[in-house]
Amino acid sequence: MAKILTAPRIARCIGCDSCMLACARMIYSSFSPHKSAIQIRSRGGVMGRMAAHICTSCTEPAPCVEACPTDALTLRVGGRGMTYRKAECISCHKCVEACPVQVIGWDKEENKPIVCIFCGQCARFCPHDCLELAEAEVG
Amino acid sequence: MLNSEFVRILHVDLGTGESSVKDRPDLFHEALGGTGVASRLLGELVHDDKDPLDPAQPIIFATGPLTTIFPVVTKTAATFRSPLTGEYGESHAGGHFASSLRYAGYDALAVTGAAKRLVYLVIDGDKVEIRAADAMRAMDTIETGRVIRDLVEGAGHRSIIRIGPAGERGIRYANVNVDTFRHFGRLGLGAVLGSKNLKAIAVVGQKQFDLPADSRAYKKVYAEVYDRVLHTDAMKKYHDLGTPANILPLNELGALPAYNVRQGYFGEAEEISGEAFAEGELITKRACAGCQIGCIHVALYRRPFAPGWEYESTMVAYDHELVYAVGSLLGVGNRPEILRLIEEIDRAGMDIISCGTALAWATEAMERGVIEPRQLRDIDLRWGDAERYSHAVAAIVRGDSEVGKWLGQGEVAAARHFGAPEYVAAVGGQGIAGYWTGYAHVLGHLLGARHSHLDNAGYDIDQKLDPYTDEAIVDRIIADEAERIVQTCTAICLFARRVYDLETISQALGSVGVERSAVALRAMGERIYWDRVRLRERLGFRARLEDLPRRFFETPTPRGQLEPERMGRLLDIYQQRRQAAPE
Repeated sequence: MAKILTAPRIARCIGCDSCMLACARMIYSSFSPHKSAIQIRSRGGVMGRMAAHICTSCTEPAPCVEACPTDALTLRVGGRGMTYRKAECISCHKCVEACPVQVIGWDKEENKPIVCIFCGQCARFCPHDCLELAEAEVG
Repeated sequence: MLNSEFVRILHVDLGTGESSVKDRPDLFHEALGGTGVASRLLGELVHDDKDPLDPAQPIIFATGPLTTIFPVVTKTAATFRSPLTGEYGESHAGGHFASSLRYAGYDALAVTGAAKRLVYLVIDGDKVEIRAADAMRAMDTIETGRVIRDLVEGAGHRSIIRIGPAGERGIRYANVNVDTFRHFGRLGLGAVLGSKNLKAIAVVGQKQFDLPADSRAYKKVYAEVYDRVLHTDAMKKYHDLGTPANILPLNELGALPAYNVRQGYFGEAEEISGEAFAEGELITKRACAGCQIGCIHVALYRRPFAPGWEYESTMVAYDHELVYAVGSLLGVGNRPEILRLIEEIDRAGMDIISCGTALAWATEAMERGVIEPRQLRDIDLRWGDAERYSHAVAAIVRGDSEVGKWLGQGEVAAARHFGAPEYVAAVGGQGIAGYWTGYAHVLGHLLGARHSHLDNAGYDIDQKLDPYTDEAIVDRIIADEAERIVQTCTAICLFARRVYDLETISQALGSVGVERSAVALRAMGERIYWDRVRLRERLGFRARLEDLPRRFFETPTPRGQLEPERMGRLLDIYQQRRQAAPE
């Protein structure tokens, strides 16, 4: 079963940006935290609660996969989340529009989507164990 | 600038509305960033002959080469001419400001001139916009942040710094609120923004900076530093109880200033300790951008407002210095009342330490009959009475009473006016931080470039130095400040100073292509130390024994009662070091 990313303990989040910086650094070879498939936001400023904007690993049919006109986005084995092949991507932007929770970002320099690859680097660099990469429960 | 050896400065002239960008390799080579760059730029732009609140005076903000790209490198150094002391002003803040400025594509921001009406500045990458802020006139710092969050896009990658009514009205210790829970706290930067009709600056940072082609060294050093930050004791105290962990040990030593420094212990210290706040009021912790520690301790301030179990609640961040300034120093030994005063002073946009030391002086002056309640809207100040202090805070912001107006100038000016300077809890024109440890604390405040306990940590020298000789005290104060300059030039939070020794800073810089040996860094720190000494002398700095209040030689410290003769000898030794300094 493929692993999916969740934020079950986001109430512990201190808003340090470490997860975004990790995704940018380890996956997108970037210093810049907006280049990250996870985005942390505060609701109502830092006095509000913290929220993790992450891929929710839609069950089949995943709208981004359905919207993709090529084989760049395909459903993973087990039916949760997707696999991204950059070489197949024609930069049509349709996945971004299709995402029902609007968490697919856009890399303006590369002209490609910023999608989660379920690698867990963000969770590894979270100091408060807010994030989890684990096998999805069936159902 | 990331991947380039220069400092990119955005200069905004509020008088003309023009902005320009300049790249300065010389500043990068000589000072890297932070304190070094901010003090250099101030030296270039400041007017020695003009008042701190003259429109021509500059405000400089500078980040450093490691900002956000390494753990706990979170600070922006601001420099200005201080309206509180008239001298060199430097103040540091965390929050998201440094990160946003970096990813907006700038290492430093210089603001000069004054706008004709109240405005706020929006910097979104290459776009610089000056917008009307008439609707925010006299608005408090929290509400101003809320309004601008709704007006400026870029959530998650932006920072909003703003002043409250105190800054607009020129209270000499008005501060600048940074992203709600952090501040450019000391020396009155808020009044300087106010003098420019500048209510707020919003910075949105979403520029792309590639890692080096071979990023293995960078990722390796990052992971090592990350590990030391989180998995050693180096920063544990800041995360666990936070800075208020100091209250009980200091009180036990007799080094917690209370009742306007009439004594070094507070009878109700248990009640206001870090432990008591953590158990009673702490609800969450927050962090600056790129800091995995999260030292910002946030309390729930919950109070009834009507019968029938009607409650209102707000979130208030607390720290050691705040608990001292409106707690032990004023004799307030009740946690919700401390939170109330913190919140009210913070919303008005004033430095809480300076507001506390001003109120402490006023309480004693009123007790002695030097000033009277009728000069402060009939507020009869009493130790421990938070309700009256709350009214006094409002009276300071309004400035519509004789004492209220003078307290807004700081306790040193007020004490001079009313003729009672011998018991101000201030050094060099600024109220002291929450320690009463001995000679090095007082001397550190006096000789520190920004009269800050953080310039050289004299309070720490007092607690650890052995043997405690005159020469050793002075030399440690100079050496500590020079080493801290390396950390503040790279914009590292000083709470991470035990993680970032010079060797680690050298490795971190090297991993992103900036070659500086530890030896070269140390030399840079010493050079900038003396440069900054010369700059503050240009701006009127003096270090004289007669400027210290008599109170300091009456209240015992853990190092005994301070003697004027010994303090004089320490100052003489400092003058010898100054004479021998390289030009």
